[in-house]
Amino acid sequence: MTTLLNVKDLRAYYGQVQALHGLSFSLNEGSLTTLLGANGAGKTTTLRAICNMVRSTGAVEFDGKPLNNRSTENIVRFGIAHVPQGRGTFTTMTVEENLQLGAITRKDSAGIVSDIERMYAHFPVLKQRHTQQAGTLSGGEQQMLAVARALMLRPRLMLLDEPSFGLAPLVVRDLFGILGKINREDKVSILVVEQNAQLALELADQAYVIETGRIVMSGNAKDIANNEEIRKSYLGY
Amino acid sequence: MELFTNQVLAGIATGAIYACMALAVVMIYQAIDHLNFAQGEMAMFSTFISWQLMQWGIPYWAAFILTLALSFIAGIAIERILFKPLAKAPILTNVAGFIALFAIINSSAGLIWDFTIKQYPTPFGSAPFLGSQLISTHQAGMIGVTVLLLLGLYFFFQYTRIGLAMRAAASVPESARLVGINTSWMIALGWGMATAIGAIAGMLIAPVVFLEPNMMGGVLIYGFAAAVLGGLTSPFGAVVGGFLVGVFENLAGTYIPGVGNELKLPIALALIISVLVVKPAGLFGRHIVKRV
Repeated sequence: MTTLLNVKDLRAYYGQVQALHGLSFSLNEGSLTTLLGANGAGKTTTLRAICNMVRSTGAVEFDGKPLNNRSTENIVRFGIAHVPQGRGTFTTMTVEENLQLGAITRKDSAGIVSDIERMYAHFPVLKQRHTQQAGTLSGGEQQMLAVARALMLRPRLMLLDEPSFGLAPLVVRDLFGILGKINREDKVSILVVEQNAQLALELADQAYVIETGRIVMSGNAKDIANNEEIRKSYLGY
Repeated sequence: MELFTNQVLAGIATGAIYACMALAVVMIYQAIDHLNFAQGEMAMFSTFISWQLMQWGIPYWAAFILTLALSFIAGIAIERILFKPLAKAPILTNVAGFIALFAIINSSAGLIWDFTIKQYPTPFGSAPFLGSQLISTHQAGMIGVTVLLLLGLYFFFQYTRIGLAMRAAASVPESARLVGINTSWMIALGWGMATAIGAIAGMLIAPVVFLEPNMMGGVLIYGFAAAVLGGLTSPFGAVVGGFLVGVFENLAGTYIPGVGNELKLPIALALIISVLVVKPAGLFGRHIVKRV
């Protein structure tokens, strides 16, 4: 198995405050990896640091190429799609425009048109609402839209920040089912940050646990889910 | 009745210019959240450039197009040199920047072309339009050019990829970067387009107000009034606001005793204040709700 994303000794800062303290992990091509941890552990910061949205030091390599000194908008061009916390919906634009924006760096207009249709097949509710302003969608629908927007890039790696946040449990099940399907069928590697450890461990193959800006535990998702001691001390369930 | 129709049509004609200025102001406001106080002076300078080109023997429409291109480039240059470094600076620093720009452009124009009033040609002539005394051909031309411009802009923002990218960058900059849009260049592009739109307004109004370095002072205040009335967050609102302010100005000047030409400008200011008190988001603007 080849390593797709390799993060070494990552340190990130918000002004004077250090949020990550030498964090290292890697993600294999084709895998669905999850980063777990409590509020404020540094999960979101890790994703933001990978996309160079926060001041950081250390090495981030994607497919063997360093990402450190590239701008956020440039990193997208490597095929890394980031679904930020809060979904980042373009609320004043239509659903279809949101999807087109996901593919704004692509040049193949015919491919974009067919990919929009593919997204409507994945997420039928988006097709029903394609001319509607995205801000009028429900939370679950907006999360679907955010995932679809990210897929419009035809990414090799998708970064998802708390996709379950604020969603009803049934909607979360749906969404995670779709993520698993995208990972298997479209061969998109996924790095998902979650507070809902139980669900994330069911979905993922690899897992890392973060505490105060450091990796404190890593391994096979099933093993971690089955280890009661780890569950109780780190994941709280 | 004829006086009324005449005043409304004339109002629509000058309203077209206010609409252009308001649109230029709104485009920059959307991109950087600041009001460009120097928008009028930039338009005035562009108009002088076109006048100079015509003095050198270049025909009107060639000078018109050339001026648009030069204004576009100058707008981008102003953003790159002056306002990009101020992007993260406090509001007052930006305001100082705009005032500096205002003073620099105004004095340079005076220095280069002096402060005497100059005649500015119209390509439409000033005969009665279609034999009707209600409106002149130049006024009809002002409306026509503005409508063409608005249609072009609508098409650009609604149906082109770069227009889509510019809208995205203005509405949610962080998400725009995450889909790969270079938001910094989108802002520069917005400046270029706003400057070119201002140039159109300047070149169309110059035959009416005559060409001189302070020609856009009043026009810009009406442009601000139009932008505030329509809502600073809505380009469509800015345009509607422009036409409304133009008509309102003329009717108030004609029918409210004692207003006349002298008190028209305070009316624009009164309008700005009333809108800000009664409906701060304007007719078509969105309320910006900030989470704390």
